[in-house]
Amino acid sequence: MAEALSSTPKVWQHRNRNQQLLSWFLWLVGTAIFMYCWQIVSASTTWFFVWDAPRIAADIGSRMMPPRWSYINELWEPLWDTLNIATIGTMMAIVMAVPVAFLAARNTTPSTKFVRPIALLIIVSSRSINSLIWSLLLVSIIGPGVVAGIVAISLRSIGFVAKLLYEAIEEIDKNQVEAISATGANGLQILAYGIFPQILPAFAGISVFRWDINIRESTVLGLVGAGGIGLQLNASLNVLAWPQVTLILILILLAVIFSELISAKIRHAII
Amino acid sequence: MSIEPTSPNSGVSELQSAALPESWSPPPLIKNPLLRWGLLLGLVLYLYLSVGSLEVNWNRIYEGLDRGAKFVYGFMNPNFAERWTDISEGMIESLVMTVTSTAIGIAISIPIGFGAASNLAPLPVYLFCRGIIALSRSFQEIIVAILFVAIFGFGPLAGVLTLSFATIGFLSKLLAEDIESIDKSQAEAVKATGSPWWQWINFGIQPQIMPRLIGLSLYRLDINFRESAVVGLVGAGGIGATLNTAFDRYEYDTAAAILILIIGIVMLSEYISGYIRAGVQ
Repeated sequence: MAEALSSTPKVWQHRNRNQQLLSWFLWLVGTAIFMYCWQIVSASTTWFFVWDAPRIAADIGSRMMPPRWSYINELWEPLWDTLNIATIGTMMAIVMAVPVAFLAARNTTPSTKFVRPIALLIIVSSRSINSLIWSLLLVSIIGPGVVAGIVAISLRSIGFVAKLLYEAIEEIDKNQVEAISATGANGLQILAYGIFPQILPAFAGISVFRWDINIRESTVLGLVGAGGIGLQLNASLNVLAWPQVTLILILILLAVIFSELISAKIRHAII
Repeated sequence: MSIEPTSPNSGVSELQSAALPESWSPPPLIKNPLLRWGLLLGLVLYLYLSVGSLEVNWNRIYEGLDRGAKFVYGFMNPNFAERWTDISEGMIESLVMTVTSTAIGIAISIPIGFGAASNLAPLPVYLFCRGIIALSRSFQEIIVAILFVAIFGFGPLAGVLTLSFATIGFLSKLLAEDIESIDKSQAEAVKATGSPWWQWINFGIQPQIMPRLIGLSLYRLDINFRESAVVGLVGAGGIGATLNTAFDRYEYDTAAAILILIIGIVMLSEYISGYIRAGVQ
């Protein structure tokens, strides 16, 4: 006791010694993993090109300017296709996602043991695969075109919409459902009058949000042949027509800003 | 007593004088009837125009059904063995790219996130950081990847830079929002002890945002892995190139094997990150 008092007073520290050691150890492991990974990346990189990058970037930049404005007349139709891919794709996704969401929500699923895991598997599979990969698959199955893009967007969106929707269903107020069932309503009526009105705002918000994301994603689906403005982007890139690429990128940027504005406005009105 | 659906706030006398309505219908989501019917009409018109402009080649789709069945069959019997060297190399490259790009992305996002928090940064810094975030968020990963491949050459470095760039937009934005909503009194208490700026950040603000930062980083790790499968399509390294080749050769069993691996890894990482997040919060 006396010894402790006579020595210099202990300085306050955020962590005790063991915590500090653990923290240093985790940092060490993390840094080691990062360095190892970086080494692999570095080994398969041609560093000569990287050192040359500023010159190349300046070169491409100078080629991209000014945009070729006259090319815009060939872009209206692809832009319309892009809008269609996103919108129809979102609608199809919603139609398929609603039943999946009801099957996945703990309080509405017919069976937690058998049906719910299947619904969750559908959600995870749909979510983990990017819409570009879905398009790749569909282009190879049903051929290039807008239809492949629509189906790809809808398959990718099912998981997103269903996941957010089933979380909303799980958070509903039970009393309202109970009140409706107390009137002697059957299952469908409980769904229509007890549950649906409660999730309607969330449902509308999720749909508009996904539509906004889908506009963004449908601009690039053409790169793998699934229609939309990405087709023109790919064609222009293949012939190194950089002024056209600039114009397409500007259009994509405008489309993204436009859809984000609309979705923000609608969601603001709903919530 | 029942309530009239269209005007729930109408006077009591009106209700009493009118006969009670026979049936009830729930109030609509959009209250203005003109807007409601206008939107519906617009939707129908749009659907008519858009579906009309679709060019569907039914013959091609009919032929494709065969290949679709083959893909479903491939999914049931995935072939890991035949192209295992390609698959494993691509997968390892994807994972390596994920780790590297997430680490680089987080390291850059943190200062930008602090700079983009309006309660911390002076106005010029704030605008500059918000500008970077907007730039990073407005372009798809794949478009950035195309540009980076053109600039830095083929290979995983272009992919790493793409994913790092995308990480900045995501992480900085959410981090800045979290910093803006911290509890001010804690930061003030640390400042009242006379601590310099660095300690103020380290003890007054950092502990408050740490759980969210860890959660967001894990989530972004997940997203980066999924995206790393895509940037390979344009030559930026990762499993995407292998997947593209498999589809081009109509080797659906190999493609299915790759997709199953991706889904499996995503599920595993979601499980682990859920576990870590529960531990942190």
